Amino acid sequence: MKRILLLALVLLAACAPQTPTLEAVVVPDATPTVAAAAPVSTPATLTVMTHDSFAISESVLAAFEQANNIDVTFLAGGDTGSALNKAILSKDAPLADVFYGVDNTFLSRALEAGIFEPYESPMLANVSAEFRLDPQNRALPVDYGDVCINYDKAFFAKNDIPIPTTLGDLIRPEYYGLLAVENPATSSPGLAFLLATVAHFGPENYIGYWKELRANGLVVVNDWETAYYTNFSASSGHGPQPMVVSYATSPAAEVIYADHPLDEAPTASILGPDTCFRQIEFVGILAGTGNRAAAEKFVDFMLSLPFQEDVPLQMFVLPVDEQAILPDSFYQFIEFPSQPATLSPDDIAANRERWIEEWTQAVLR
Amino acid sequence: MIHREEAKSAKVVVKEAEGGGFASPFPASRSLFLRGSFLLPALLFLGIFFFYPLLRILALSLDASVLTSENLNRALYVLRFTLYQALLSTLLTFLLGFPAAVLFARFDFRGKSLLRALTAIPFMLPTVVVAAGFNALLGPRGWLNLTLFPSSPVPFVGTLTAILIAHVFYNTTIVIRIVGNALTHLDPRLEQAARVLGADSRRVWREVTLPLLRGPMLAAGLLVFLFDFASFGVILLLGGPQFSTLEVEIYIQALQFLDLPMAALLSLIQLSCTLIFSVLYSRVVTRASVPITPKPSIARRPESLREKVFVASLLFLLSSFFILPLLSLPLRSLARLEADRGERGAMQYGLTGDYYTELFINRRGSIFYVPPIEAARNSLVYAAATVGLSLVLGFPVASTLARPGRLERILDPLLMLPLGASAVTLGLGFIVAFNRLLASPWLVPLAHTIIALPFVIRALQPAIASIPDRLRHAAATLGASHFRVWRTVDWPILSRAILAAATFAFTVSLGEFGAATLLTRPDNPTLPVAISRFLSQPGGLNYGQAMAMSTILMLVTLIGILLIEKLRLPGAGEF
Repeated sequence: MKRILLLALVLLAACAPQTPTLEAVVVPDATPTVAAAAPVSTPATLTVMTHDSFAISESVLAAFEQANNIDVTFLAGGDTGSALNKAILSKDAPLADVFYGVDNTFLSRALEAGIFEPYESPMLANVSAEFRLDPQNRALPVDYGDVCINYDKAFFAKNDIPIPTTLGDLIRPEYYGLLAVENPATSSPGLAFLLATVAHFGPENYIGYWKELRANGLVVVNDWETAYYTNFSASSGHGPQPMVVSYATSPAAEVIYADHPLDEAPTASILGPDTCFRQIEFVGILAGTGNRAAAEKFVDFMLSLPFQEDVPLQMFVLPVDEQAILPDSFYQFIEFPSQPATLSPDDIAANRERWIEEWTQAVLR
Repeated sequence: MIHREEAKSAKVVVKEAEGGGFASPFPASRSLFLRGSFLLPALLFLGIFFFYPLLRILALSLDASVLTSENLNRALYVLRFTLYQALLSTLLTFLLGFPAAVLFARFDFRGKSLLRALTAIPFMLPTVVVAAGFNALLGPRGWLNLTLFPSSPVPFVGTLTAILIAHVFYNTTIVIRIVGNALTHLDPRLEQAARVLGADSRRVWREVTLPLLRGPMLAAGLLVFLFDFASFGVILLLGGPQFSTLEVEIYIQALQFLDLPMAALLSLIQLSCTLIFSVLYSRVVTRASVPITPKPSIARRPESLREKVFVASLLFLLSSFFILPLLSLPLRSLARLEADRGERGAMQYGLTGDYYTELFINRRGSIFYVPPIEAARNSLVYAAATVGLSLVLGFPVASTLARPGRLERILDPLLMLPLGASAVTLGLGFIVAFNRLLASPWLVPLAHTIIALPFVIRALQPAIASIPDRLRHAAATLGASHFRVWRTVDWPILSRAILAAATFAFTVSLGEFGAATLLTRPDNPTLPVAISRFLSQPGGLNYGQAMAMSTILMLVTLIGILLIEKLRLPGAGEF
């Protein structure tokens, strides 16, 4: 008994969590010779708020911190919706200096709420106009990804069924019960795919298309994890549906994170016109930051080549800077849509709730 | 397995065997001031970390414009289903939980403590993991469907059955621990007396045992019901898009539509319902307390044929219901599926330790990579802090609530409110109320304590309420000092309840995901957060690592629960 108590105490003592302020502590430089050679000033601290999917290489971040004498702290904010809520609710006393992770489906709401200060980064020169959705540069594009239908290559080969190439194909009887999608009310790829159908068929007709999809054995689940790992036949979950709404980059992830070496991706994306929806993610400087100079440096850094080239393997999205070189696996295992669907952020903001409501009535009730 | 029936017998023996005359150590006659000071820490804590943020966010978002008939109809529709599934789930939980409580309280069998600990594991598993476990067993590709109905799999995910089974899976442990604990310490002389007077065993149950168990059963029932009422992950992941509870609807309105007024309206409905149930509960329960005795355990090996059949069939049921879905995770974490891709059905298994070794490699060089040991350490530190904090806050409250005066009767239902508060709403309230503090890692155990506190109070209160005053008086008359009275009378009974309370707090904290994902910093994730990271990207290695991490979480919890139960605070009897 005593031993266990003692053990528990020792464990507790050993495990005491690091205090959050520790990293702000700077060891004063005592040796004057070193100070003279390279004057060390107190590093500025910068807080960056992001969603859960954000990731960055240690080495890339360390290089930025050293070059600019800035200490970066990251705050996670849950998924995209939670993170944005967090930023909006705290806008009078911002929790962070920079916010990364608002996408084009939420962009108008973020801009309306006035959480960002404009910043015309010089690095924007390398970014194509199609990504620069905010003319006032309050939100600056960082990366993009296409939400596409992934299919199980082996299933279609084995059963000798032609691979569908358009949205319209999916309502044909040979694809009965073969497609799993996410609920647009609870999932970001689910919403993106709904928006693709709105863009393709128009706001008057898209619902008719969904009714036909439903009649053709459509499977709807609430989240990407279930759709991909429980329903999709080519994932490790070996589910019953050979088609699932996921990302254009998912086939590369299947190879890179395969549990046994693969020469070829087991999955691929359907790349017909408007079958994919392009999600663009933005960064912005939070209004009222007391750290404007450091925040500008960080935004520039996110648009610079080292970060842009780090993005694909960290987050499985694509850099907005076209000069960024993608990892080999991306060229090898991913095909990109030539004609992804898009809708203007204002259009999405104005109609999102109505579309989701109409969709819910048509598909779930 | 090890046997634990050689419990120390308590040192106080009382001769007479009638009921009545039981009191808490803090009778209502004590001054209001004293009782107030016992309640104060917990009230302050809940006031600052629960009611204040909740009121801030509700005040900020509530807006008369949401009170349209369309919105109200929708809310009513969701409320109806929420109540319906919670009621059904609670009934089913008792259907399994009550016999299980009897089993653990009255019988001894091999592997008892392990099985007891296993039934508590689901309570802390994140829903993603439970969903994966059920899928591996009952999903379209689950082995049940593959072996029994390969051509036309029986649907499980996306049905009401899935919701109900998952709720029973999660909450049976509440019934086992609260009702079973009371049953273990029920004064056996009451039943013996009834028998001597000629009642058969059915009648003893009906007229003596069950009425005596009313308090603990209501306490357990309320906890289970409130948990199911505020259910979120189970509905979302196992129920699917066809089903929506208030909590799910709040999540959609607040985080997807950014419609805070509607979310606030729904939160208010949910809170009001919770309050109503808690008030009803406290009305009926104050009169019921169980006469218990610090006697050695009355558990014994089954003797008659009927008892043997009861024990054997329940053991079979419990082990298949709890062990199979839990076992599917460790199995999957060691098995590489070499599926003949495209072939629905046939697949081969290969054993591998790769998923575990891979956990220790930061393959992406990511700054947020966390080795499994560090994630486990983060989780354990938070869990230990939650256990400590919720016991320190909960014990004085439970002591005063055990013999409630008017003040306590009013406060009692308020203390249960955290169970019915929407996690999303509270999370948003934290942002408005605490702002810069949000970066502090200490908010995680604080948030976990808010959830754990109602469990701790409910686990302690019935035990404290049932310590017979006569035992104390008898001991004092025989010359025992004040401390010795407490040590020999109160402590043996209390220590078991404290262990049960600690187990609840520990598991609540270990498995909690929502607050952890909002409040932990990305470089300091807990085990559930780390699991969800792996599951959010495609690739067999990610999936395997998620299963491996889940297995580690299960092991950590199992060891934790077994350790807590082994602690057997000195002087404690069989727990």
